Amino acid sequence: MAVEQPQAQVPAPARGGEQTRIHNIGYRNYDGPRLGRAYARRSLYSMSLRGSYGLGRSVKSKVLPMLLFVVMCVPALIMVAVAVATKAKDLPVDYTRYAIIMQAVIGLYVASQGPQSVSRDLRFKTVPLYFSRPIETADYVRAKYAALASALFMLTAAPLLVLYVGALLAKLDFWDQTKGFGQGLVSVALLSLLFAGIGLVISAVTPRRGFGIAAVIAVLTISYGAVSTVQAIAYDQSSTDAISWLGLFSPITLIDGVQTAFLGATSAFPGGDGPSSGQGVVYLLAVLGLVAGCYGLLMRRYRKVGL
Amino acid sequence: MYDPTVARLTYRGLLGRRRALILGALPVLLIVISAAVRGFTGADDQVAADVLGGFALATMVPIIGVIAGTGAIGPEIDDGSVVYLLAKPVKRPTIIFTKLIVAVAVTMVFSAVPTFLAGLILNGNGQQVAVAYTVAALVASIAYAALFLLLGTITRHAVVFGLVYALVWEALFGTLVSGARTLSVQQWSLAVAQKVSGGDLVTSDVSLTTGTVLLVVVTVAATWFAGQKLRTLTLAGEE
Repeated sequence: MAVEQPQAQVPAPARGGEQTRIHNIGYRNYDGPRLGRAYARRSLYSMSLRGSYGLGRSVKSKVLPMLLFVVMCVPALIMVAVAVATKAKDLPVDYTRYAIIMQAVIGLYVASQGPQSVSRDLRFKTVPLYFSRPIETADYVRAKYAALASALFMLTAAPLLVLYVGALLAKLDFWDQTKGFGQGLVSVALLSLLFAGIGLVISAVTPRRGFGIAAVIAVLTISYGAVSTVQAIAYDQSSTDAISWLGLFSPITLIDGVQTAFLGATSAFPGGDGPSSGQGVVYLLAVLGLVAGCYGLLMRRYRKVGL
Repeated sequence: MYDPTVARLTYRGLLGRRRALILGALPVLLIVISAAVRGFTGADDQVAADVLGGFALATMVPIIGVIAGTGAIGPEIDDGSVVYLLAKPVKRPTIIFTKLIVAVAVTMVFSAVPTFLAGLILNGNGQQVAVAYTVAALVASIAYAALFLLLGTITRHAVVFGLVYALVWEALFGTLVSGARTLSVQQWSLAVAQKVSGGDLVTSDVSLTTGTVLLVVVTVAATWFAGQKLRTLTLAGEE
């Protein structure tokens, strides 16, 4: 079977004795183009992004993300329909407020798709296979982070687009609506980055998908539940100063604070007392710090591959 | 009906390693918040009822129920190791019953005990608020554990569906559509709590009889159905 080629490029080391030989059995080398690191990273990104909506996966795994996407958009459609039918002067909900109202859906989406994106790689030990390609830790982390953030941005921006198109159809003021739409987009972009970071950091810790889901949702809802409970009590005690500082302790109230301070939103805090511009800077720093921190933690997590 | 070996394995699966951390983090957070609120406002019965009702019973108990209920059986089905358990000469309903007992015990320990402590910290059990909410948490633990254990045997996405029920149905629809409140474990347990406290701080939308009957029916039916489900369990491949 072995085609012996004594004059092959690999000379057999003679020290092993006369019996030792290396047979070149005639496999061809690959001499096509090498697509390289950037290509691998791009592929990983698009695969993860498609995976976040169940594309390229089984029908069963398409159900949940698609369902959440629809649930996210239907209220916007209804609002638009009502606004067009009643010839309202303004949309019933601000662009910036929409994501705050629908935060349970967004939380469920992060919780279901974050672990889907990273936990299975850990569980089936495919991470070392990724790193046997010419990608490095930073590429893997960036591709996964960017994919989940993009998926979240689609989820949160789509209803805003519906609202915007509907508002224009209802002949609302163009500049007013465009400004609101732009502010809304900036706010959901920040929200996507923040939520994707938190979701990935938590789910990268565990190879068990179910546990990852529970942990992500627990962090998101428990922190919000805790903050809003304490805020409500602070409101009863009419200590308005404390309300705006308390918002720093949960992701969704952080976004609320930033958009109240800089993006012309009305706060969803009790009494509508959002942070002032000075406090807003702290909020913005906290959001950016969290995003950077999540990225750093992910890099640390994947520095040593495997479990 | 109760198999000590199955129970021991389930305990280990539930409380082993990091799981115990997340189960322990929530009660600690509740107690920290209660201490902070007490320091902030002093003892106030209404505030105590708000914190225990809004945070402990509405958020913490369901989430712990989801983790313990689905965690008692979900991971085993997920990684296929449940076949080794099912191959043993133990009745399937016995397995479910044992796992239910364990899930209920874990949920009770991690939700009712901290609720009681938080109630004591908040207002020293004034107007029976702490006891009432502890009873509610105990009762809710049983129903939640049975319900989510059933979910764990039905679907691989048990955690997501459990959370959808706990957060979207009970929290969101419960506040928007009053009819949804009749079909909510939280309200049934509140009905029991209302009877215990006797005051008007703890109120429920359903009457005590309705609440109790529905609690018992749901728990028994869910356990029975989970046992049936486990008898015909098919192990699906990974997605």
